[in-house]
This record gives sequence, structure tokens and C-alpha cells, in this order.
Amino acid sequence: MSAINSGEIDLAVVGAGPAGLAAATTAAELGLAVSVFDENATPGGQIYRGIEAVAAKRGADFAVLGDAYRAGESIVRDFRASKAAYAPNTGVWLVQKDRQLGIVRDGKAGMVAARRVLIATGAQERPVPIPGWTLPGVMLAGAAQGLLKSAGMVPAGPVVLAGNGPLLYQLAAQLVAAGVKIAALLETRSERAAALPHLPAALMAGNYLAKGLGLIAAVKRAGVPIRRGVTELRALGCERLEAVEVAAGGRTERIDAALLCLHQGVVANVQLSLAIPLKHEWSAAQRCWRPVVDQWGNSDVEGIAVAGDCAGIGGAEAAAHAGRIAAFEAARALGRIDAAARDTHAASDLAAWRRHLRARPFLDALYPPAQGLVVPADDVPVCRCEEVTAGQVRDAVRQGGTGPNQVKSFTRSGMGPCQGRMCALTVSEVIADALGKPVAEIGTYRIRPPIKPLTVGELAALE
Amino acid sequence: MFRRLHEPEAAVTITVDGAPLVAGAGETVAAALLASGNPVCRQSPASGQPRAPFCMMGACFDCLVEIDGVPNRQSCLVEVRPGMAVRRQARPTPVGP
Amino acid sequence: MSGTDFIVLGGGLVGSAIAYGLARRGKRVAVLDEGDVAHRASRGNFGLVWVQGKGLGMPEYADWARLSADVWPEFAAGMKERTGIDLNYRKPGGFQLCLSDEEMAERIAFIDRLREQQGAKGYDCEVVDRRRLDNLLPELGPEVVGGTYCPHDGHVNPLRLLKALHKALGGAYRPNSKVTAIRPAGGGFRIEAGQTVHEAPRIVLAAGLGNLPLADMLGFKLPVRPQRGQILVTERLPAFLDYPLSGVRQTEEGTVMLGSSREEVGYDNGTSPEVMRSIAANAVRVFPRLKHARIVRAWGALRILAPDEFPIYQTVPGHDGAHVATCHSGVSLAGAHALRFAGYLAEGRLPAHFTAFHSRRFDVPKAA
Repeated sequence: MSAINSGEIDLAVVGAGPAGLAAATTAAELGLAVSVFDENATPGGQIYRGIEAVAAKRGADFAVLGDAYRAGESIVRDFRASKAAYAPNTGVWLVQKDRQLGIVRDGKAGMVAARRVLIATGAQERPVPIPGWTLPGVMLAGAAQGLLKSAGMVPAGPVVLAGNGPLLYQLAAQLVAAGVKIAALLETRSERAAALPHLPAALMAGNYLAKGLGLIAAVKRAGVPIRRGVTELRALGCERLEAVEVAAGGRTERIDAALLCLHQGVVANVQLSLAIPLKHEWSAAQRCWRPVVDQWGNSDVEGIAVAGDCAGIGGAEAAAHAGRIAAFEAARALGRIDAAARDTHAASDLAAWRRHLRARPFLDALYPPAQGLVVPADDVPVCRCEEVTAGQVRDAVRQGGTGPNQVKSFTRSGMGPCQGRMCALTVSEVIADALGKPVAEIGTYRIRPPIKPLTVGELAALE
Repeated sequence: MFRRLHEPEAAVTITVDGAPLVAGAGETVAAALLASGNPVCRQSPASGQPRAPFCMMGACFDCLVEIDGVPNRQSCLVEVRPGMAVRRQARPTPVGP
Repeated sequence: MSGTDFIVLGGGLVGSAIAYGLARRGKRVAVLDEGDVAHRASRGNFGLVWVQGKGLGMPEYADWARLSADVWPEFAAGMKERTGIDLNYRKPGGFQLCLSDEEMAERIAFIDRLREQQGAKGYDCEVVDRRRLDNLLPELGPEVVGGTYCPHDGHVNPLRLLKALHKALGGAYRPNSKVTAIRPAGGGFRIEAGQTVHEAPRIVLAAGLGNLPLADMLGFKLPVRPQRGQILVTERLPAFLDYPLSGVRQTEEGTVMLGSSREEVGYDNGTSPEVMRSIAANAVRVFPRLKHARIVRAWGALRILAPDEFPIYQTVPGHDGAHVATCHSGVSLAGAHALRFAGYLAEGRLPAHFTAFHSRRFDVPKAA
């Protein structure tokens, strides 16, 4: 482990989650000069957030967080032991097609050049636009989980979990293990019948199913009230969340809550790959955009590869394999090993990667996002920054707006500080729905730099 | 809104709007605010409605606060340091006649 | 589409303003526009309604820019009345600032030449020294030595302008109608947009850079090229700036726009870190307080420039019913396009002095 990018960089890795760390460790072993850039203070990404601190100081929390989390310990340890350079607290605000990276750290912006770039920016949670989702007290489930990992914090008052997807049950099980009383778990949608055909492949993929069933059983055992088939969700409150209104099975009830954790799956974080821009495609199964890459992670731009969840959701284990695969390909592309050696090195990772991906069709089919949350009603804000509602998006479409960029111009959706991260998917889905066209035809916002916070002063002093 | 499972091993004192707040070493400013009893970090510039941290992973930009005189820092990405001065942000004075 | 008087090709600010003006005069119009992704200077511009410094070398253009600024208040009020959309048009006058004595001397000489050109009409643009600037603009950087002020300058939300024009046009605005062929037919024109066919006796080519292939379809080589400008926009800041400057303006939302460069890079509407840096550096020199402002977005957009950078208004040679309107100041000129130029088209005749805007000006060999 050396200091930040002294000298020339063979491989610049953006993101220090499982894909980025595994790629950096492997590439460094192969003799490449690697630099990892990450906006967080410590390595691990979201999935292994805070793992070094837990291992060193809060070992008891491993019992709460579970074995899947503990798996990150060796990935981070191997990375720390490698020769890869590591730049934490560093935002990558620009990646050019010529592999120049714009970075910003401690108030100083600079440009660095790399022979190859690996984008490993992971996933983000799918937005969950419901009435009241901007109220303090409403958070994404991953946010609550991140607090548990990084700070050993748990909800202090009545907490409601709502939505669907593996992470929601995982969080519920973790909170139960930490002794937190969950007021209710509200499941919007699970499609067992649709998922069934994908079950055999998923069973071959590993212990995903057993793990999932174990989590659900633990939550039930703890007596957490569960409502299934939720059709409507509403966060109520004036200055802060006071209660959750939920409709299920024709009945509406009100549950007092200080915290509502929302979740409806994770999607590829494509902000950087869109900004370059790499070629993207719409994944109908995962209902999100992803860059078009080959099995080695190569994009349509020479020298820029993508690995892990930001190339399509595969989970943390698949991501680590994808990172290693991309590292072998980087070594080949830079002439350190030949194609035959790459194939030999990568064989076991490729096999494991494919095996893990076999679980996805089942999970994607079992937990599709609820239609009402993908295409919300008129009064629901879709853009949190500029407070633009779904109805305003529909108005812009009625006035001839044919796609997200015109709608952005006419409504300001996506023009705020989050640069569309929280509204892009919803806006494209709402437009597609209004025009009766597939999302793939509607497209998404054109993402412009700087994609990480950069001040006018920092840019003015760019080195 | 949140509580700590254990007392932090090392305490760090910051100020929030001038008042001292004790946080754990290694915690982010957003985490410290969420455990403080008042999670609000700013008023939305568009409408003035209160906002609190939402995604805790640098994506939503709802957790923006002023840190040591620099406005609009993402508090979920900045770790607390002794003496750090944090201010909740008011809605910017609107433009107009 | 029988019964259409005019088909306007291009649904950006120029085409939409002309079409709106035609519709106001009772003409039946159709506006054919591309889809979500196109060159779209109308979505990428700076939002100034600007007069100062324009038209040196073509007095007709200096007059035209001034006339547009003069009718802009009426135009904005009309849009508000018709669509309910406030364009956020403000006309407090605008500044161009100078960061050195040499720059100031050049600027004064430039404005003097314009004043001389405009002769008896005069030219409303005054030199303002640093002391007076300090009373009008907040906390200027130490390098600002002075500037020029023109009371006719203003600014507007250009996206609201485009939205309002489309709203006013209603069903006459047809997106996803990229024109694939223009054929003279029966004294008028048959326009093919993919599978759809439109017909009208008269057409207006007003598609910005899209005019190049459109004019080509009629055998006319239009002498224009793209020129890139890059713009930065900050997060919403507390109100601090009452006046638009040629490269800095605070919008109604509170964001601050910083511009703008001039680059000859063909059709690339991306950004480059070098130019972004120089824009940021200039902004900090003018207003040091902007140092801490976070940039939300940077973008490039393409100006549509003739060799002398002035507009081209004319009919297509050999096609009397086909008009061309090509210019880079679609925001500044929107008032004149809607309230004057559309009238000339409706009446079927451009005023005599508009011969100055004909592209034949580029055919004349320069005097030795």
C-alpha cells in the first residue's frame, strides 16, 4: 500500500467496493501500477462499509451483521496488503474517453492520466417515490444498514420497513438481531409464480435461497408484523415523519413511526459511465440502465472497462470475481500477459462469476419493483432536489416533450445537486408510460460533468 | 432517530449551530446528526421544507450542511473531527424583485 | 395537413418564435421538430437578451438586436398572458466587465466604433469606472477595473421561453418529425418526415445547424458552421447579483450561470476541463465569493455562425416560398422574430433593408 498515484498509472480503479478492491489487488499482483480512487474514507464500498472498524473495534457487531458481511474482511485485508495505491476521500468528477481522470480531494482538483480505467462504482438503491418521501424520518433501507455497519447505530423509535427485495429482509433480520423492535414490515410485491421457472438455476448458484429463507424465518420468529400485497404507501407528517399509511388487501391502516426505511431493490450506478459516455442498454429484467460490456468488462470505449454491480446487478460475490476478471484483461491489454495466460488465470473466476449470476433471474423475477412506485401518481414528487412531481413530468410530455432531456429542460427535474441520481429512472419510466413506449426507446438524461462535488474555486485552480 | 449500540470507543466533540455535540470517532457528520435527536440538515432550496440524510451513500445530496465555513458539503461522506463547526443550512434568500 | 399556410422546420427558439408570431397573425402553422436528442442550442444557451457590442460591421444587425430588446417586454407579457408561464424576463441593463486597463481601453475603442457606425441614432452604452461599479455590483474582485453598461440588456429563463412557445403552439408543434425530404410540389412544398408527409405553400427553414442539411435538400449551400460554447452552472445561491453580466448571471432559481467560451471543434457539444477551468477562473476573478459555490453541471452547446457571425434571413435561391432564418441569438432575437419577422413573412415581403442579411454578402469579393 503506497501513497496516492506517484508516477504513471497502468490501471485507475474508480470505487473501492468488492469489484474495485479485488481488481486492484489482482492487477497489482500482476505487476500493474494501480491507483484506486474512492470518495469514502475507508475501503469496502457500501456492502462492506466500515468493515475494518468492525473487525478492529466492534467484533460483536459481526453477529448482528451476518456472515455475508464478514466475507469482506479478507477482500479488504488483501487489498491493504497489496501494492495498489489508494486514494480515499477522493471524488472522481470526470473521466474522459482518453482516460484522463478529473479528481478532487481536500479542496484540490487535479487531472491524472491512466493507461486503463476500471469503473467499479457499484450499485445504488432504486428510488422509491411515495407521497411524503422527502420528510425527515424517511430513508432508504441501505442508509439504515450503512449506519449499522459504519457506526453501530440502530433506529431509536418505532421503525417501519417497506418495499421488497433481499436487502429489506436482511436489514430486518439485522435489526432483530440487534434487539430492535420493528413496528411493521410492509411488502409491496413478491411474484413467486413468475420467479418459479428461474428457481432451479438459482439453486445451482449457491446458497442465496437458503440465506434468504433464513432471514425471512428470523424476522417471522421475532414476531415482526408483516403485511403482504401492499398497494399504497404514504409517509405522513408535517416537519418530520409521524406515521405510515398503508393499504393492503383493501384495508388502510395507520402505523405510528419515527423512521420509515424504503427499499425496492438496487440498480446499477451508471452516473459515471453515462457521463463519459459509454454505450448503455436497458435491462428489462432489472429495470435499469447498464453499460454494454463483454465478459471481460470491456466497454465500447477502448481502455475503459466496467466491473461489478455498476455493469448490472450481480451481488457482492459476483462483483469480486468480475473485478479479478477485469484485472486479468487489463494485464493482457497492457501486454503483461498474453491472451492464453489471461484465460488460464481467469478460468475459475469466470466460472464462479457465471454461477453467481445464475441466481439473478430468480431474484429479479421474485422481487420486481411495484408498478405504482415505478410510475407514481401525479402528486408524488419524483425529483427530490427540485421538487418536481410525476404530474409535472406528464404535463411536459403532453406539451410535446419526447424524452428525459426535454422534460428536464421544461420541469427542472434532474437539475439539482444530485444530478438526476434520484429521479432519472422514474422520469424515464413515467415518460415511457405516458407515451406508451418501452423505456429503452425513451432513453435517459445526458449526464454532464462534474459528477462529484467540485467548487468553482477548485476548478479554477485545477492542476 | 438513531441510537448507538455501544458507547463510542473514542469521543469527538463537534459543534452544530454553535452547540457542542459528542460523536464517535470515525462516524460521519450525517451519522452524528441522526443520533443527535435532530436529523435535519437543511431546508430544501426549492421550497424551504426540512430535509435529513436519505441515502447515506453520497447519491441523494439531501444531507448537505456547512462544515467549517464551506457550504453544501455531503455530510454522509465527511468524518467528524474535533472542533469541527457544522451548521444546518437555511434556504438561500430567493432571487427576485 | 391541407390548409396549412406555413410549415416551420425546426422547433427550437428561432423556429418556435417565428411560428408563434405567424399563428398570432392568424396563419395556420405546423412546426416540425426532432426528438429528445438533437443539437439544441435552445436548451444550452446562456439566457441573455443582449444588445451591447452587437452589430459592428452591420448596422442593420445592431438595429435589429436593439429592436428586439425594445419589443421583448411586450413579447414576454404576451407569452405570460397566452400561456400563464412567467419567462422571468428582467431588463435592468447589463454589464461587460474588464479585468485590466488594456482590456478596458479595447472595450472603449470597440464601443466607440459602434457609436460612430450608428451615427445620428446614437448608441446607448456607457463606460462605468470601478468606483461606480462598486455601487451596483457586490464585492467585485480586485482585478476588475471597470466595464460598459447598456440599459437595454436583460436576461430571461430560456428554457421557460422554449416551453412557453411550445405551449402556445399547442398541437401545431410536432416533435419526432425529423425532416427527411423537401420536394417542391404544386407551387408549394411537400415535406417528408419519415413516414409522415406535410404540405404547405410556404416553408421556413429555422432549424439552427439542422438548416444545413435542410437547405442542401433544396440545393442551397448555407454558409454557417458550429462554434462551441461551454457553460457552468452552480447550485442555488442566496440572491446577490441584480444585473446580468456578459459571462455571469444569477437565475431566478438562484443558480449562477458562468460562460462562455468560443471553440471551433465541429459538432462536438461536450466539455473540456481546460475550458471549464478558464471559465471558473474568470468567474472567481470577477466575484471571489463564487469560490465556494458548487458546480452542478457543465455543458457545451453549439452556436450557429455565419462567417461574419450575423444572421442570415432570405429566401432560398430558386424557391420563393422557402424562407431561411439562421442566427445564433435565438433568445435575444425571439422578440423580433415573433413580433416583427413573422409579420414580414405573413405579409409575404421582407423589408428593403433586410437585403443586408442575405447570404449573397459573402459572395462579394473584398475590396483590395
